[in-house]
Amino acid sequence: MGAGDRPLTPRMEKRVTFKGWLLPLCLIAPQVIISAVFFFYPAGQAVWQSLFIPDPFGLSSQFVGLENFEYLLGDPYYRASFITTAIFSTLVTLAAMIPALFLAVMADRLVKSAGVYRTLLIWPYAVAPAVAGVLWLFMFNTRVGVVAWYLGQLGYDWNHVLNEGEAMGLVVVASAWGRISYNFLFFFAALQAVPRSIIEAAAIDGARFWRRFFTIVLPLLSPTTFFLLVVNIVYAFFETFGVIHTITSGGPQQATTILVYKVFSDGFVGQDLGSSAAQSVILLVVVGLLTVLQFKYIEKRVHY
Amino acid sequence: MATVELDNIKKRFGPTEVIKGVSVDVEDGEFIVIVGPSGCGKSTLLRMVAGLETITEGELRIGGTRANDLEPMDRDIAMVFQNYALYPHMSVAQNMGYGLRIAGLPKAEIAAKVQGAAKLLQLAELLDRKPKQLSGGQRQRVAMGRAIVREPKVFLFDEPLSNLDAKLRVQMRLEIRELQAKLGITALYVTHDQVEAMTMADRMIVMNEGIAEQIGTPLDVYERPASLFAAQFIGSPSMNVVRAEGRDGALHVGDMGLPNPTGVSGPVMLGLRPEHLVPDAQGPITMQVMLTEPLGANTLLHGKLPDGSAFTASLSGVHRVGHGGEALRLSVAAEHMHLFDATSGARMDGD
Repeated sequence: MGAGDRPLTPRMEKRVTFKGWLLPLCLIAPQVIISAVFFFYPAGQAVWQSLFIPDPFGLSSQFVGLENFEYLLGDPYYRASFITTAIFSTLVTLAAMIPALFLAVMADRLVKSAGVYRTLLIWPYAVAPAVAGVLWLFMFNTRVGVVAWYLGQLGYDWNHVLNEGEAMGLVVVASAWGRISYNFLFFFAALQAVPRSIIEAAAIDGARFWRRFFTIVLPLLSPTTFFLLVVNIVYAFFETFGVIHTITSGGPQQATTILVYKVFSDGFVGQDLGSSAAQSVILLVVVGLLTVLQFKYIEKRVHY
Repeated sequence: MATVELDNIKKRFGPTEVIKGVSVDVEDGEFIVIVGPSGCGKSTLLRMVAGLETITEGELRIGGTRANDLEPMDRDIAMVFQNYALYPHMSVAQNMGYGLRIAGLPKAEIAAKVQGAAKLLQLAELLDRKPKQLSGGQRQRVAMGRAIVREPKVFLFDEPLSNLDAKLRVQMRLEIRELQAKLGITALYVTHDQVEAMTMADRMIVMNEGIAEQIGTPLDVYERPASLFAAQFIGSPSMNVVRAEGRDGALHVGDMGLPNPTGVSGPVMLGLRPEHLVPDAQGPITMQVMLTEPLGANTLLHGKLPDGSAFTASLSGVHRVGHGGEALRLSVAAEHMHLFDATSGARMDGD
């Protein structure tokens, strides 16, 4: 009943004080070491490498300063990849969040079987992105895919290998599918935390279900929505590599080559490690900026 | 403004029956307090009137029309919740105007009504604040404001004062009562606090385990409690109840012989309110005083009767009775002796 009440007194600050410096150092050491080995060192390497051009055989490299960046910014393929990434991550975020919210709202209305639905809806999250990619690839395979065959029966000639729009659609769906589970869990927990009495007060005030949802529930979910927005955009930027690699390998043409895929294909397929490193540095900056923007502008509209 | 009729209302959750048939006719503009200990079903009863719980059996009529199957929004009621249930993302003005906005009133009219209600509740300065910037009492007022701007047929209050401190509670009690009288809107008010019930109610419903033990005016319930439960629940300190037996034209409590006004015979339960006992050197009641609580205007004496049952007396003024088991003789007027059936607990009257 009292779940909606915030404490009126300011929260007591709890601070642990250590006497020496050895114990605190040991406590933060694992985090620092992991960050250093898997983040700072590779990031530093990338920044360093971005200043060089290796020869075609990878035997020597030549210092070129910022030429890699200059070249990239003038490269139409690279600029196209930016737009592709923007479209892709917007679509993935929307496709992963809206159905998740809808499912969570529906599951929240159930009293008895909500647990069953919750369990079933979590399953896709257990599937690794690359495996999910293969799964969707099989279903939409132009020759043996079940869905492609049914679409053929309906007179629609599905071919994501040739059609750029269809390729984009497929990687978006395959990327978003597993994320729906993840988002569902968060939305569902957030919905359960909305005080029942506030919903009841709105019902008595005359608001019907969807009106209540848009005027009361959705604003109260905004901290969760904001969190998921950030997490999903980061996911779409970085973790969808496996899906794209298994389904389209960035094609047809460059239609599904998002920035992170281009880092891979230029670096490991095209063997241009200098350009690849420069791209990953740009990517790092872009994501950093995006996150700052999100916190700065969207957080203001969030009601904690 | 409307009448509310409950006709043998029942509520079952699975096999357990939590409301076992409550009937009451609430008149237009009446202030009804539903009082009882926690778990007695009083909140469930209120929520059924609100439409937040379905009615398993019986009929509810608001303003003469059957309301059992109406959604909460179609019943034209307003409710004040225990935790106020304010919309945390809206300002005070938006909170109060939400129902009107849903109803599709023009903005100017909403603003005017909200202003009016805010003036009535001394909230005019706070209209732009968010609920979390308000004190408990202010939140309570906003919840009230949200209820009154819509000018509903019926007000429902679900323990609205239980989260406030004692002083504020007394003040808000009066304000709610005044406001309701001024607006003339029928009100149902749930509380577990018998003082609130006594001071606010036109009539009260004393509930216990899903049954309305007694429905009547506060003084009615105090003076002629219909059951042992109602007798002990209403009144502070609560009524002394002792086993007694009627024989030989007297009422025997252990070795003590009290007058037997109704001439009852056999075992009964005798109820004596502490404040109806008066010191009397020849009185038939002897109590051993173990503890005194001087309250200034009166003194509470706690102790026991010769047969060992606990007993409390409330004597007016200051009494310096020792409390090491000193004996005190008391008497009680015959009209202040309440007799209840030893098994059912129902009131026994000579008439």
